[in-house]
Amino acid sequence: MATLKSLDDLRKLREQVQGEITERFGGEVKIIVGMGTCGIAAGARDVMTAILQELRTRNIQAAITQTGCVGMCEREPLIDIVRPGEERITYGRVTPVDAKRLVAEHVVHGRVVEDLVVARFEE
Amino acid sequence: MDMITVKIDGKDIQVPADATVLTAAQMAGIDIPTLCYYPGLRPEGACRVCAVEVEGVKSLVASCVYPVTPGAVIHTNTPRVRNARRTIVELMLANHPNSCLTCERNNNCELQQIAFKVGVRKVSFSGERREWLKDETSPSVVRDPEKCILCGRCVKVCNDIQSAGILNYNNRGFDTLVAPVLNRGLGSTSCVACGQCSVVCPVGAITEKNDVDEVWRALSDPKLHVVVQTAPAVRVAIGEEFGLTSSVETGKLVAGLRRLGFDRVFDTDFTADLTIIEEAHELLHRIQNGGTLPMITSCSPGWIKFLEHNYPALLPHLSTCKSPQQMFGALAKSYYADKMGLKPEEIYVVSIMPCTAKKYEAKRPEMSRDGIVDVDAVLTTRELGRMFEEAGIDFAKLPDEEFDEPMGISTGAAVIFGASGGVMEAALRTAVEVITGKELHDIEFAQVRGLEGIKEATLDVAGQKVKVAVANGLANARKLMDLLAAGQADYHFIEIMSCPGGCIGGGGQPLPVDMEVRLARMKAIYQADRDLPLRKSHENPAVKELYKTFLGKPLGHKSHELLHTSYTCRPLFKEC
Amino acid sequence: MELVRAHVLVCGGTGCVSSGCHKVQEALHRELAKHKIEKEVKIVETGCHGFCEKGPLVIVYPEGTFYTLVQPEDVPELVEEHLLKGRIVRRLLYTEPMTQKQVPGYKEIVFYRKQQRIVLRNCGYIDPEKIEEYVARDGYAALVKVLGEMTPEQVIEEIKASGLRGRGGAGFSTGLKWGFCAKAAGDKKFIICNADEGDPGAFMDRSILEGDPHSVLEGMLIGAYAIGADEGYLYVRAEYPLAIKRLRIALEQAEAMGLMGENILGTGFNLRLHIKEGAGAFVCGEETALMASIEGYRGMPRPRPPFPAIKGLWDKPTNINNVETFANVPHIIRNGASWFAAMGTEKSKGTKVFALTGKVKNTGLVEVPMGIPMREIVFDIGDGILDDKKFKAVQIGGPSGGCLPEEKMDLPVDYESLTGAGAIVGSGGLVVMDETTCMVDVAKYFLDFTRRESCGKCTPCREGTQRMREMLERFSKGQGSLDDLDILANLAQTIKDTSLCGLGQTAPNPIITTLRYFHDEYVAHIIDKKCPAGVCQELLTYLILVDMCNGCTACVKVCPVDAISGEKKQPHIINQQRCIKCGACLSKCRFDAISLQ
Repeated sequence: MATLKSLDDLRKLREQVQGEITERFGGEVKIIVGMGTCGIAAGARDVMTAILQELRTRNIQAAITQTGCVGMCEREPLIDIVRPGEERITYGRVTPVDAKRLVAEHVVHGRVVEDLVVARFEE
Repeated sequence: MDMITVKIDGKDIQVPADATVLTAAQMAGIDIPTLCYYPGLRPEGACRVCAVEVEGVKSLVASCVYPVTPGAVIHTNTPRVRNARRTIVELMLANHPNSCLTCERNNNCELQQIAFKVGVRKVSFSGERREWLKDETSPSVVRDPEKCILCGRCVKVCNDIQSAGILNYNNRGFDTLVAPVLNRGLGSTSCVACGQCSVVCPVGAITEKNDVDEVWRALSDPKLHVVVQTAPAVRVAIGEEFGLTSSVETGKLVAGLRRLGFDRVFDTDFTADLTIIEEAHELLHRIQNGGTLPMITSCSPGWIKFLEHNYPALLPHLSTCKSPQQMFGALAKSYYADKMGLKPEEIYVVSIMPCTAKKYEAKRPEMSRDGIVDVDAVLTTRELGRMFEEAGIDFAKLPDEEFDEPMGISTGAAVIFGASGGVMEAALRTAVEVITGKELHDIEFAQVRGLEGIKEATLDVAGQKVKVAVANGLANARKLMDLLAAGQADYHFIEIMSCPGGCIGGGGQPLPVDMEVRLARMKAIYQADRDLPLRKSHENPAVKELYKTFLGKPLGHKSHELLHTSYTCRPLFKEC
Repeated sequence: MELVRAHVLVCGGTGCVSSGCHKVQEALHRELAKHKIEKEVKIVETGCHGFCEKGPLVIVYPEGTFYTLVQPEDVPELVEEHLLKGRIVRRLLYTEPMTQKQVPGYKEIVFYRKQQRIVLRNCGYIDPEKIEEYVARDGYAALVKVLGEMTPEQVIEEIKASGLRGRGGAGFSTGLKWGFCAKAAGDKKFIICNADEGDPGAFMDRSILEGDPHSVLEGMLIGAYAIGADEGYLYVRAEYPLAIKRLRIALEQAEAMGLMGENILGTGFNLRLHIKEGAGAFVCGEETALMASIEGYRGMPRPRPPFPAIKGLWDKPTNINNVETFANVPHIIRNGASWFAAMGTEKSKGTKVFALTGKVKNTGLVEVPMGIPMREIVFDIGDGILDDKKFKAVQIGGPSGGCLPEEKMDLPVDYESLTGAGAIVGSGGLVVMDETTCMVDVAKYFLDFTRRESCGKCTPCREGTQRMREMLERFSKGQGSLDDLDILANLAQTIKDTSLCGLGQTAPNPIITTLRYFHDEYVAHIIDKKCPAGVCQELLTYLILVDMCNGCTACVKVCPVDAISGEKKQPHIINQQRCIKCGACLSKCRFDAISLQ
């Protein structure tokens, strides 16, 4: 634990550590991974790991939750991304490689990755 | 001190800004009842009997601790105040044994007086009473916790004034008990037996050990030759037991003792003179031969026990002289016995002392020879007063009589033993003459007199600086000992008396005691000194005779055998 | 930085520790490892959430799903369903007693909905053993503000303006208190946090210390800066081992980070704090007794004045505040006095934490704005009386508090209103009683406590509490007379009027309020020899109902004093002279043939 030598040091520390707490109670962007039996069977676990890695590399805060089977088992792994105030986009048959693209395009820049979209609806 | 105006019971009065409501009321001529309050002790507002109303304060306040503020409006006599005081005293009585008629303090009990004063005529409460066993383990003091009203005065005197730290609160709530730690018997603690707790106790919860019946038994035993010795501080206080003010009552005291049936009435002052001679020579011997200095007096048995428990490493500083009481006993059963053609066991020695620790001292194993104790019974001034009462002696009407010879002859140097600084002054009167070989004319050493806790003086004796210190009250003694232990006390001679003011303020003296009473007794002591023709111990003809015919020389072989003693290391928290 | 997708918050407050949260935590670690998601999901042990009755509590974020009464055997399902598959385990959710609905979200639960959590803000959210988490939640920002931008006088003015009053019981203005100490002459001053929470059933201070220890340290730092103290004590009762442990960790971390000790954050401000464990005397919560205890003496109060602000610890000017008071301070500094003063009533600002217990459906710690009607605490947050019995009284303010009846239920809960009604805010104990509670018995219970815990120093408290208890004891046996009620009332008033410290001055409150609001119940005991609530043993009569008794003799066999007689297969009879009212027959009878009247 580094000693804080000034009032500024403490302010800086706060900025550094605020991330984890914000993440605990949900970041701005929500990512929902379908983790039903069907999802896991279709490789949702690897997709989840890829998303987490990508978020970590880019130091992005997002609320990642998982959901169960939504009935579109053949389109699994399904991933929903919701940006605040925007439509909820459901992507299907997402691979770990796609996952990184989704983070880069949709989460960071707000550009929907059209080729993977299976549904969109108002939140 | 700035004066401020307060209104008490409708009248404006000027009082010092640092006054309490109690002192302000006293100045206004209003008598507020108090119980836990005691002049000279830290007030704590524990009993709540002195409750008064102060306008603007929600609850009643304890006047003994509540400070006055400018413009304060105080009511000491309202229905609310009267009801509160009465209820509080009733609560005390509901938990107090109804044994007034057989109590040591009957007619001299503050609770009795207050109950009457605040108008308690019945007790509205009943229920459980505290039940505790009497503690009779100390040879000096008896504790009867069932009578204790937990005012805390003894706790303060034991801790603050004497720094003995024996009595304190045990348990909580209704089970609260003032006692030594874990309710141990006083006799198995480092209690120094000074008896100051018995002086401040408002009720009969702490009293001196009553040995009156022992003495009656000896007096009525035809086989015993009963002699009595009386300490200097007794003669200036015994009158108080009979409503007289403190003054020198030696003649009446002697007459009274004779009427009680003692075969000889002697004076402890005789051996006080002897003590001075032995002690002065011991001091000179130490100074000349590189002995342990400073030397410290050994007349006060509470002090001896205090040092044995608290500073065993400093024991070599103590003079090896026995106290005058014990020297007297030893000589009564040797020198005097020889003179009278009696066997030591046929002589019964009674001491009248201002002191409860003397009872303990007489029972120390060193204080006997061949199984025969030097002193057989010790009575306090208070107990003697009771014997006079019982014998129907009207003290005030007694004629003045003289002590018997030879052990009743003494000097003014001996009588001042009764006041703090007296032993020092008496020793100086002799030591200076011994050192200089010249007669000392200015024999009053004012620097070591008075009630101050620690007194110091530096004297020029034949070109040599002699540095002395005097302490009274054991908390003051502790301060000196801490300095000594730290190597910061470069005195030659130190006098220590356990009790505030010295023996005149002893634990066995008449009640009540405050600063004024101590001063009056002290004044009487120095009056007695001035009234005597001889005022230096080495001029005492009976003592000279004693050396010539019996002891030989000071610090000689016989002196060592009869008049000197040794001390014991006593651990603080172990049975001893 | 590690990025995790879910946080599982396991309550580690003392309540949940005793209901087994550590086993639940172990199971969670095991299950996460089994599914190889231990890197994605983080387990955080937090402080108390206040809803101890439903512990062990587990909350899963980011959804904020609130699981109650979680057992180790529930964990495999919880991990697989919620953390793997994202399905809420409904059977572990909190069920609202009124609607029988299961409520997934923390904030939707009625117990939390009416609360306003300021001092409890971090309790249950952060890991109290990590200073970074406190910092991340704006911790020590108030300290930065104070040290960087404010003079001590400004700090005191800000606290005064906020209207914050002592949360330990007496409700004295914190700003004024700080001002007195700041003004007191002396180069050495002390600051003390009173964490000797002794009221039976009150545990708000413990929860704050366990769940958010840094908030108390920050409050003390600000206080010390304001009054000019460079040394202080946290006096925590030794019965709070977890609080002491967390406090020690917090203190070490703050010291290591340069937030405590010499030259704090390079500003030249110093503060050294010591933790002193109290040995369990209730009276040591009284400030002068507490100081005596720190000094190494027996914990006994001394008269005031002089007040600690002038002559306190080792005779130096000293400021003592309670845990909750200090915990409020950083929020006031950060958000401003007016933010704080906007909550509560005219004279009582901010929030107060209460320990809600007794015969209500929801029990636990609740933080509510000052001035909230008592009814809302009992019937909304507490969700009404258990088993739908009739409400009778609420005892507020701990053993020194008072019992308030139904007609006082719309009273706003603030200092003045409660004092006016004969109770006190006190430390914030709130015990709800229903129709089966006897008020004589309740008064007796509290008096028994104060009687034991009296320090024994002053006469009215030491002797008076004993006598009051004895009178209550006699009433509960149907003894005594109406005159005794007057004697009791006078004694109670005298004790209140003359005792040395707050303990004695408030000890009669349970008697004074029950005499005021439930006088008839005393009369029923004394005159009618009846205990209307059916509690006081000696006043009960056991009768055998002839119609129900079939003479099975079971009661005859258990009666310890042979008070029951009768022929086999014939109705039995109880000899009332012999009966000692032990109740053995009643619990033995299988035919409801024994009635209690």
